[in-house]
Amino acid sequence: MTVPPVLGAAAPPAGRLTPDGIAKLMRKPSGSILGGVAGGIADHLRVPVIWVRATFALLALMAGAGVVAYALLWIFVPQGPELPDDDVRPASRIERRQAYGVAAVGIALLIVAAALGFAQVLTWVLGPLGLAAIGAAFIWREADDARRERWRRTAAGIVGPSTGSWWRLLGGCLLVIGGLSVFAIGQWDFTAVRSSLFAVALTLVGVAIITIPWWLRLVRDLGDERRGRVQERERAEIAAHLHDSVLQTLALIQRQAGDSREVQRLARSQERQLRTWLYGPAGYASAGDAPTPASASLAASLAEVAGEIEDAYAIAVTPVIVGDAPMDQHLAALVAAAREAMVNAAKHAQVEEVSVYAEVEDGTVSVFVRDRGVGFDQQTVGTDRRGLAQSIRGRMARHGGTATIRSQPGQGTEVELTVPVTAMSDQAAAGPGERADPGAAGLPDFAAAPAGADPSGSSLDESADQTSAAGTVGMHAEPKG
Amino acid sequence: MSEPVKVFLVDDHALFRTGVKAELAGLEDDRIEIVGEAGSVGEAVVRISSDPPDVVLLDVHMPDGGGRAVLEQVHAKLPDVVFLALSVSDAAEDVIAVIRAGARGYVTKTISGRELADAVVRVSAGDAVFSPRLAGFVLDAFSDRNGPVAVADPELDMLSPREREVLKLLARGYAYKEIAAQLFISIKTVETHVSSVLRKTQKSNRYELSRWASDRRLV
Repeated sequence: MTVPPVLGAAAPPAGRLTPDGIAKLMRKPSGSILGGVAGGIADHLRVPVIWVRATFALLALMAGAGVVAYALLWIFVPQGPELPDDDVRPASRIERRQAYGVAAVGIALLIVAAALGFAQVLTWVLGPLGLAAIGAAFIWREADDARRERWRRTAAGIVGPSTGSWWRLLGGCLLVIGGLSVFAIGQWDFTAVRSSLFAVALTLVGVAIITIPWWLRLVRDLGDERRGRVQERERAEIAAHLHDSVLQTLALIQRQAGDSREVQRLARSQERQLRTWLYGPAGYASAGDAPTPASASLAASLAEVAGEIEDAYAIAVTPVIVGDAPMDQHLAALVAAAREAMVNAAKHAQVEEVSVYAEVEDGTVSVFVRDRGVGFDQQTVGTDRRGLAQSIRGRMARHGGTATIRSQPGQGTEVELTVPVTAMSDQAAAGPGERADPGAAGLPDFAAAPAGADPSGSSLDESADQTSAAGTVGMHAEPKG
Repeated sequence: MSEPVKVFLVDDHALFRTGVKAELAGLEDDRIEIVGEAGSVGEAVVRISSDPPDVVLLDVHMPDGGGRAVLEQVHAKLPDVVFLALSVSDAAEDVIAVIRAGARGYVTKTISGRELADAVVRVSAGDAVFSPRLAGFVLDAFSDRNGPVAVADPELDMLSPREREVLKLLARGYAYKEIAAQLFISIKTVETHVSSVLRKTQKSNRYELSRWASDRRLV
C-alpha cells in the first residue's frame, strides 16, 4: 500500500477501520522504510506521511524523544495485515528517498544543534548507545520481515529463502552488544571483575531488548491460533452434526411431503434428537443416543421408550421426570409396563398427545401415563384390552408394585404405576444422591484408557468432558494436543 | 368479557410471529387482540415502553440477551405488563431464568392456538401458567432428594404439601378444572396455589433455582 507522497488521501485497507470509519492504528506491513510506524500513523490521522516523519525527526532533536517514541510505537502497535502482492513492492522510490531525506535533515539539524552547544545530545545519539539503537532497529525490522515471510509461505505455499535477513540479524545483534559494551567501557573504569560483571549484565539487557518483539508476537500468535483452532473445531462439529441429522431429515421430509403423518413423525423424531444434542444428557427429554448408556437410568429409559412410541405411532409423548434412579430389573419392569400403557393410549385413545410423568420420591417410583382420549368402561372392556391391562397389572404385581387404571368413557385414561424403592436392590436403593460416587470413582479408569491409547485424538476430548462432568479433576493434568 | 386483552409478540423469527398471529386470528377469539410485534430486544423494549400492552408473548432465545434482557429492561418500569414466555427450549436454565426475571408463565411453542389463547387470558387475569415441564422443573428444584437442604426462609424455600400436590397434577398434564375436581377444591384455590408456587420460584434462593437462573446458556 503506497501512501501518495504529498497528499495524504490515505486509502485505508478495507476491513481495518474503527467504527468511525478511520483506519485503525497499525503499522504498515509494506511500503515501510523502517517499521511502518510513520505510515500507520499517517493513515490513522489522515495526514501526509512526510509530516509524521518530520515530526519524529524534530522530536528526535529533543534529547532523542522522537527515537524513543518511534521505538515504543514499533513495539506496541500491532502490524497491519499484508495486502495483495501488486500493492506491496511499489514501496516507491520517491517515498524512500523522501524518508532518507528527512533522516538526513534530522541528522544535519542534530549536528547543528551539537555545534550550538547541545553536545550531550550528539554523544547520546551518535555515540555507542545510538549504535545499539540502530542495531535494535535492524533486528526488529528483521522480526517484522520474518513474520511477513511466514504469511507469504502459508498464503502461497512459497518458501522464500532469506539469507540476507540472517546477515542483517547477525549485524544487528553485534551492533547492540558492541554498542552497549563500548558504552560500558567508555562510561566506567572499574576493576576487571566488576566490568566483566557489568558486561554480562548488559549483555543480558541486550538480549532482553533483542527478544522483545519475539515475545510479544509469541503471546499474540498463540492466543490467535488457539482461538482459531477452537472455533474451527466447533464449526466442524456443528456442521457434521447438522449434515447427519437435520439435512437428512429435511431430505426425507421433502420426499414424503404428501404423507402428513410420516412428515410429522420425522419432524418429531428429529426435534427430539436435536434437543438431546443441544441440551445434553442432563436434559429432561434426553433420548437414546445420549452419551450415557440409555439403559443406565430411569429417566433415560423412559425418555427412550417415549421416543419409540412417538416414532411408531406418530403421536406426541412428552415425558416429565422428577428425580432419577439407576435401572434394575424392577424398574425395567416398570418401564415395560409404562410402555404398554403408552401403546394402549396410542392405539385406542384417539389422541394426538400422551402425557407421561414419573417421579422418584419417598421410597417410591411412580409413573403416570395419561391421555384425554375416548376412555373406556373398565367393566365392559373387550378381552383384548383386559388382556393388556392384565399384563400391566400382572407385571407390576410380580415386582412388588401396583398398577391403578382410572378411565371413564369420554374422560380419558390414566394409568398409575408404582414400585417401592424397598423392593430394589441394595445398590439401587442408595438413591440418586449417592449414585454419583461409584460412577465418579469408576470414571478416571475409564477415561485413562482412551487417553493413553490416543493422546491427541478426539477420544481424549470425550473422556475429558465426561470426567469433568462427573466433577473429578484427574484428567485436567493430561496434556492437550 | 369487556375489553380484549392486548397482546404483543416478541420473537426474532418473523415466520413464527406470522404463524402465531395467523393462528390466534383464526380462532376468532374476541378475548384477545394482537396490537404489535417486535423482532429484537431493542425494538421490543422501545415499543412495549411507548405503548404498553396487557400481555407480552416473549421468546426466550434471541440475540442480545434473549427474553430475559427484555424482562430486565421493561418489567421494573412497567409492572402491569404481564409476560408469558414462549420457547422451544426445554432446558431448566432457560425456563427458570425467564420465570425468575419476572415472566408469569412458560409454554412451549408446540402449544395449540386454542391453549395459547387460554393461557394469554389466564395470565392477563393474574394467574400463573405452568406447562407440565415447568411444573417438573419446579418440583425438582424444591425436592429434598439430595439430602436435607439448609432452609433460610421456610416461607419461600419450601412448598406446602398442597402446593406440591397441585404441581404434581400439573406435571401429569391435568388442567386446572381437573385438578380442582381431583383434590375437591375450587378452581380459584388451584389458581392461588399455582400463583404462590410462582412467587416462591421467583423469590426463593434455593440452590437449584439460583444456579439455573445464573447459568447463561447460549444456543
